[in-house]
Amino acid sequence: MITSFLMKSMDRSIVVVVAILLGLAVLVPALNLLTPPDHPLHVPTYLVSLFGKYLTYALLALALDLVWGFCGILSLGHAAFFALGGYAMGMYLMRQIGARGSYGNPLLPDFMVFLNWKELPWFWHGFDMFWFAALMVVLVPGLLAFVFGWFAFRSRVNGVYLSIITQAMTYALLLAFFRNDMGFGGNNGLTDFKDILGFNIQADGTRATLFAASALMLALCLILTAAIVRSKYGKVLIAVRDAESRTRFLGYRVEHIKLFAFTVSAMMAGIAGALYVPQVGIINPGEFEPGNSIEVVIWTAVGGRGTLIGPIVGAILVNGGKSIFTAAFPEFWLFALGGLFVLVTLFLPKGVVGTAGAYLARRRQERQARAAETPATDLAGEPMAAE
Amino acid sequence: MYRILQTLLVALSLVISAYVVGVRAADDLGALVDQLGAAKLSEMDDRISALARTGDAKVVPVLEALGEGELYQRKSDSKVFLVKSTGADLQLVDPVTGADAGTVPKAAMQKVKVNNAVRRAVRSALGGLTLFSEDTGARLKAAQSMLQTPTAEALAPIETALAAEKDATVRQVLDEARAVTLLISQRGDDEKRAAIALLSQTNGRTGLAVLTSALAGADASLKPDIEAAIDQIEQRQALWSAGQNVWYGLSLGSVLLLAAIGLAITFGVMGIINMAHGEMVMLGAYTTFLVQEVIRSSYPELFDWSLAIALPLAFLATGAVGLAIERGVIRFLYGRPLETLLATWGSSLILQQAVRSIFGPTNREVGNPSWMSGAFELGGLTITWNRLWIIVFALAVFAALLFLLKRTSMGLRMRAVTQNRRMASSMGIRTPWVDALTFALGSGIAGMAGVALSQIDNVSPNLGQGYIIDSFMVVVFGGVGNLWGTLVGAFSLGILNKFLEPYAGAVLGKILVLVLIILFIQKKPRGLFALKGRAVEA
Repeated sequence: MITSFLMKSMDRSIVVVVAILLGLAVLVPALNLLTPPDHPLHVPTYLVSLFGKYLTYALLALALDLVWGFCGILSLGHAAFFALGGYAMGMYLMRQIGARGSYGNPLLPDFMVFLNWKELPWFWHGFDMFWFAALMVVLVPGLLAFVFGWFAFRSRVNGVYLSIITQAMTYALLLAFFRNDMGFGGNNGLTDFKDILGFNIQADGTRATLFAASALMLALCLILTAAIVRSKYGKVLIAVRDAESRTRFLGYRVEHIKLFAFTVSAMMAGIAGALYVPQVGIINPGEFEPGNSIEVVIWTAVGGRGTLIGPIVGAILVNGGKSIFTAAFPEFWLFALGGLFVLVTLFLPKGVVGTAGAYLARRRQERQARAAETPATDLAGEPMAAE
Repeated sequence: MYRILQTLLVALSLVISAYVVGVRAADDLGALVDQLGAAKLSEMDDRISALARTGDAKVVPVLEALGEGELYQRKSDSKVFLVKSTGADLQLVDPVTGADAGTVPKAAMQKVKVNNAVRRAVRSALGGLTLFSEDTGARLKAAQSMLQTPTAEALAPIETALAAEKDATVRQVLDEARAVTLLISQRGDDEKRAAIALLSQTNGRTGLAVLTSALAGADASLKPDIEAAIDQIEQRQALWSAGQNVWYGLSLGSVLLLAAIGLAITFGVMGIINMAHGEMVMLGAYTTFLVQEVIRSSYPELFDWSLAIALPLAFLATGAVGLAIERGVIRFLYGRPLETLLATWGSSLILQQAVRSIFGPTNREVGNPSWMSGAFELGGLTITWNRLWIIVFALAVFAALLFLLKRTSMGLRMRAVTQNRRMASSMGIRTPWVDALTFALGSGIAGMAGVALSQIDNVSPNLGQGYIIDSFMVVVFGGVGNLWGTLVGAFSLGILNKFLEPYAGAVLGKILVLVLIILFIQKKPRGLFALKGRAVEA
């Protein structure tokens, strides 16, 4: 009974978050574009881009939560999927520069002219079309995750081993993208973007639209994730997380279940990367840094793994804190981040949202128990059982 | 009267000839030196060769003076002298006896002319002459220089020297030099064939170059010999370069082993995902830096001992940090490996930033003690001392650790606790303490690795990050919970990496190795040497 009640409240909380996101998608661009700069409610453009960036981070954290929080796969390679999506978008933006680059070559991006390349490499073809780039944003990370996961889950690489080899994967990609020969701009990555879909990428209107797109995409992915988790498949997913062998013995193909979640999650990470790049204006191999992937894990952990809203809250909290901290005391940011890792794992294993949720649930339970004036014998566990 | 005169003359000539025989050598040399003064520039070459042919050690200072432009001719009697000091007056030295021959004004003397051709002739003649030096080192040097820049004229002095040479090393170089010079000289084919046969047994670059250039101008009868010899040398060089690759691979493997061996304890034996492992290595390197700073400022004579002093200190310092992390963080997280990973990653960030705040973000300089610098040749291999010592050190640490785990009571307890914690606890082992000490041991070993790695890597706050992924790869590849697996894993990854490098380049080689490991783990998820039995399921 309580479980079903909580289910409903969870659904309600998701509705609330989606509503907030939609409201932000309208309100922030409106406040940015329609109010004069000296108006007290005016939102400056740099803040729009900053919050837009947070929203893409939130989407990345949500993607990680789908595999870590609900399936128990701690991927330390999600930054790779994020960066691949970002590179796909970056390649589209590079092609949009056209002849406006420093070398004025209508076909080749500047760095290729600089490296004395004569032709566009084969994998750059098609990226002048937005629909193709958008497809690649989803397909490339999805395909990588599918192939990687297919091998890994089939041979039952799990737990820590999986974490370590996902980390090796992103490290290998980091090294690869640093090479100039790869054709992705090497060390400098892709930058100097001019416009997207014909709109100037620096313009306030474009920035506001990108923010709105990020908010909408996050809301959409949140609904999608919620639907996945609530479905029958989602129940099996949680079963895999909590008792993998038992689920297998019950006749489920654990590796297929994991593979689906992993691939969907990678695609979401790719979308996040694609929305991130135009708002930040650069993508370089540094995004593949193994440390970045681990940072995503901490956003999710701070917010609360295994809750749908947690990663969104965590990503915004930690990154907001980072922005304030690095401006005020740049020296201490790593201390703070490191301390956060330690303290959250030690004292807040359910994260902010999870802990608050558990507290509220207990309160509600007590109230109900008091209302029914019967001893609370029905101790149905929390919805997300511990490992 | 006439007869008497004749007899007297004969007698006199006899006396004189007897005298002349005694001083002949000196006289000859003096005459030859005097001829230098009279010669035109075009004739100098012959005169210098004539001097060099005497093989007399006294010729060396004369030729050196000629090269330096310190050889003068006296205008009055055309005698040639060495000149000591050049002021308004010149101090003369007899070229043959080395005796002081007085001081004369500058106007009375004329400088023996030299140009670049003469200087070159002097240099090559001197090279031949130092072949006869008393000092073995000088002879070896001369022989090597003749081997590296062979000239046809050098053949005669080399052969003379070879006949007199006793030292085996010098003989060997001379033999090679003779073969090389012979090939470019005008000698007969049979001798050349012998020289080619000799060269085919060597692996020098000069030999190969001379053979290749000789191939173009050689007779048809010699060509197959030369080609065969070139083939042989190239094969041998390929073999040596493969050997060099193995050596580089061993060297890289020893670095990997050092970095991973502490992790083999904390991750392999205890199952703790210690992401702060790299930072322990870094702390060890900074301990070395601190020890060297103290030694530099207070006890410079102890510098060669700095590493030996740093080793125990690094072990204790990083061991203490490890103990603190285990007691403060990890012990609350046993059984939750993923959380341990995050908490130790957080600890690593804190340690990094702490070191950055204290020592600054830039690289710190750690010096090599004298016994670790330099290199030596072994056949066709170049071996640097620091790499050799690091291999020795890595193996020593490995052996010590193996002994500790397998032969001491502490090791017995560690193994007992990791195999069956509850049973060990029932037997009276204080498992929390064993956990803490095992973790401290693993961290301390990482610190000792840091001392060694400070010798070949930049000591900066980011030092550890470069090793962490590699270390995990080695431990996972070798098989968790198995020290031998770590050893084999480290060396095979090192050698594989170095063999891929020439074909794929350093970065691509590394990527390939990572991809291969990822594929390998798919095939054997428990590594090369997997533990069998119940421990696997734990």
